[in-house]
Amino acid sequence: MLLIKNGRVLDPASNTDAMLDLLVDGERITKSGAGLAAPNAEIFDASGLIVAPGFIDLHCHLREPGQEISETIETGTRAAARGGFTAVCCMPNTQPVNDRASVTLGIVERAAAVGSTRVWPIGAASAGSKGEALAEIGAMKDAGVVAVSDDGKPVATARLMRQVMDYCRDLDLPVIDHCEDPSLAAGGVMREGAQSMRLGLKGIPSQSESICVGRDVELASLTGARLHIAHMSTRASLDYVRFAKRLALRVTCEVTPHHFTLIDEDVRYDTNYKMNPPLATREDRDELIGGLADGSVDAIATDHAPHHPASKDVEFDRAPFGITGFETALALGLSGLVHDGRISLMRLVELFTTGPARVLGLERKIAPGEPADLTIFSTEHPWTFRAAESPSKSRNTPFDGRTFKGGPMATVVAGRIVYRR
Amino acid sequence: MRIVEIRQLLSAEEIDRTLQRVAHEIVEKTSGANDLALIGVRRRGVPLSDRLAKMIRAFAHVDVPVGTLDITLYRDDLSTIGPQPVVQSTHIDFAVDDRDLVIVDDVLYTGRTTRAAMNGLFDLGRPRRIMLCVLMDRGHRELPVEATFIGRTVETTDTQIVEVRLREIDGEERVVLVDRVS
Amino acid sequence: MFQRLQHLLGIESLSREQITFVLDQAKPFQEFQRHPLKKLATLRGKTVALAFFENSTRTRISFATAASRLGADTMNLQAESSSLKKGESLLDTVRTLEAMRPDGIVIRHSSSGAPELVAERLGIPVINAGDGTHEHPSQALLDALTIRDRKGKLDGWNVTILGDILHSRVARSNIHLLSKFGVQFRLCGPAMWVPREVESLGPNVRRTGRIEEAVEGADVVMVLRVQTERIHEPALAPEEYILRYQLTPERLRLARPGALVLHPGPMIRGLEIDPAVADGPQSCVLEQVTNGLAVRMALLYHLIGGAPIDAPHPAKERSNATD
Repeated sequence: MLLIKNGRVLDPASNTDAMLDLLVDGERITKSGAGLAAPNAEIFDASGLIVAPGFIDLHCHLREPGQEISETIETGTRAAARGGFTAVCCMPNTQPVNDRASVTLGIVERAAAVGSTRVWPIGAASAGSKGEALAEIGAMKDAGVVAVSDDGKPVATARLMRQVMDYCRDLDLPVIDHCEDPSLAAGGVMREGAQSMRLGLKGIPSQSESICVGRDVELASLTGARLHIAHMSTRASLDYVRFAKRLALRVTCEVTPHHFTLIDEDVRYDTNYKMNPPLATREDRDELIGGLADGSVDAIATDHAPHHPASKDVEFDRAPFGITGFETALALGLSGLVHDGRISLMRLVELFTTGPARVLGLERKIAPGEPADLTIFSTEHPWTFRAAESPSKSRNTPFDGRTFKGGPMATVVAGRIVYRR
Repeated sequence: MRIVEIRQLLSAEEIDRTLQRVAHEIVEKTSGANDLALIGVRRRGVPLSDRLAKMIRAFAHVDVPVGTLDITLYRDDLSTIGPQPVVQSTHIDFAVDDRDLVIVDDVLYTGRTTRAAMNGLFDLGRPRRIMLCVLMDRGHRELPVEATFIGRTVETTDTQIVEVRLREIDGEERVVLVDRVS
Repeated sequence: MFQRLQHLLGIESLSREQITFVLDQAKPFQEFQRHPLKKLATLRGKTVALAFFENSTRTRISFATAASRLGADTMNLQAESSSLKKGESLLDTVRTLEAMRPDGIVIRHSSSGAPELVAERLGIPVINAGDGTHEHPSQALLDALTIRDRKGKLDGWNVTILGDILHSRVARSNIHLLSKFGVQFRLCGPAMWVPREVESLGPNVRRTGRIEEAVEGADVVMVLRVQTERIHEPALAPEEYILRYQLTPERLRLARPGALVLHPGPMIRGLEIDPAVADGPQSCVLEQVTNGLAVRMALLYHLIGGAPIDAPHPAKERSNATD
């Protein structure tokens, strides 16, 4: 038994913001109220801290099976727990690609054995993510996938996307798309604009993303499927999503912490600023923050993309895309969104909890009977993020050495404290 | 650490008389200053060589060509000093082949400047003869160099410096002996 | 102060004063090229590593000759070398070179930012001889020297650059350098190679699609090489390029009388430039080459000559020897 005392509980599902104690027995919350007592329970004193439902990361890369040099389910989920996440959705671009039940089961079993958080795999949309035939989506759903995606790439053609959407609609699975037009983006390594011109780096115009978002929204209208836009980075894409929501289409989207924090002008030749989609303009960032505030954006997701150090220690145009993100996500949300007054603390919690849950068709709340997945964090505690101290195998982050005000303090998954600062 | 003046070695008038004497020596030793050219070593060798040429024109009615030589690129001691010194231009617009050259400098000390000047001149051709003319010889040679024409010889210690100040460069006209004291 | 720079990675970060210093220091080295005996000992004992990961004949020979005339030795790495073909990484290659203790490294690489990556890791001076489409500082310096010598100053001219600006590090470096002297630029070339963003490269940069408009009233016309490896992406027929963008004598007449024509080389006579213009009286291409040698000697002299920047000054300073 675990008694979490003196914390300020923020539960978006019930719109609760109150000083409440929570009693956890086994894997579930059993009681919530003021001044609880439980003689046999381990006490966690959450004075001065926020107690929220367990955070869900809709988008990450755990690299297992096949790329364990960069990360494993074990090291990745330890880093996720350190970031306050209780559940992570891992993308299928592993080796082999997670496009069939056997691979899915392998991931699920490995996570049960060594994972610090829940792992909800995302299956491939097409076989091998090659963009030709459908993957074994039904079998993967039975094995535990919560969505499909060909992440790393867009679903290759409108024709295939339509087929995937129709199929997944009947399975009640969301289709997550990495939106990009390969012919426009080809060879590009950062956002096309004044900065790419100055640096002599090949650019990717913002329309590469929005053209594909537009395509997918039209297909969502055609099929009635659940569509989720991965790592949305531009105002043009956001405009399409807002349009879709106005039409009551089942379209959702996520934004990464680096896209609401950094911009293209921050790029020089440090490969820790190279990711796909690339860092966008100041105007894009400001629009995304507006969308995070007004509900047009449904979730914050990290797109944690570990790459072992040697692979990133090369010329900018040769480096792989991606940065890590679990451990800095909440802190960036606090410093970039809440402390500046752009969004409320409750809204930030929504973006990490009920927002992602809704995308997956789940509920996330703090109430007796609910799973005891909790994220306990501080809005004040000063700390410095040091990549070298991360349990992740990779160090590719632009935030190494950054000081933050507020961050994760403890993470509870199924009633167990899996991380404590 | 300060620099203090020990004593004046030459006044303005003495500089002029010394140069007049040296100019006459040059003409005498070269049998009339024909086929002769003066090479002023930057910086202070330049005004000195100009003045000598003027004097020679005045009393011997011979026009001796004057060139300027920057020895920065020929120095042998650059690697022991911090950032590289600024390189100045060399202007020698006459042929040096088969000519008698007189290198003109303000102070002869270790001899390394003269060696560097000779290296520079040999890059331009093959002079028939090279002679050295200095206003002050302060001793302490580190190379086997001797001056053909000397204005004044003075004994100095290691820490002392012979400072030649010329109106064209320093705004005043005198030669002083200074020392470094802590 | 230029002498206090450890590396030369680009023109963008240099001040007007630093650029002027380099151009002034190139002058004694221009004079030196006329000596019968072109061999100094001023960098004797120093070794300059020439790490040319991208093919280049002219720039490599220019730097090699500059080093050699200063008395330095060179280590030569060329693009065809087998270690690169075997997939050795950039950092491993330069670390191998560094282990042989050169006093400086001149690097050309096809990736923008590569010299900066190398400079961060090595303890020796790095000179950028061209990185991707980013900068080519010594080219801009020799172009500026050529203009200054012919026209007496750099300030305030109208400079036109013709060709594939998007992929040109020469264009970028020239725009950075001359903008510091109040130069006004007009850029012209096929639309996909002169995008709107080029106007953000400097305070006074305009793009135009018509070569007549670009050349009219120009004091200097810089013609860029057509990078034939790119003319197929997208397909632009050579005839089309010649028709719309070749610098012909007729088009050159629209410029100011006595306008200079510069080209970084190698030229494709008959493609981007008419042979009569290439070999005509306004063409400065040969001076550019000689000036390149002088500029590179000045750069090597200051950046690789002398003690390392943080070496202590010796106690015994010989005042009579330094003036």
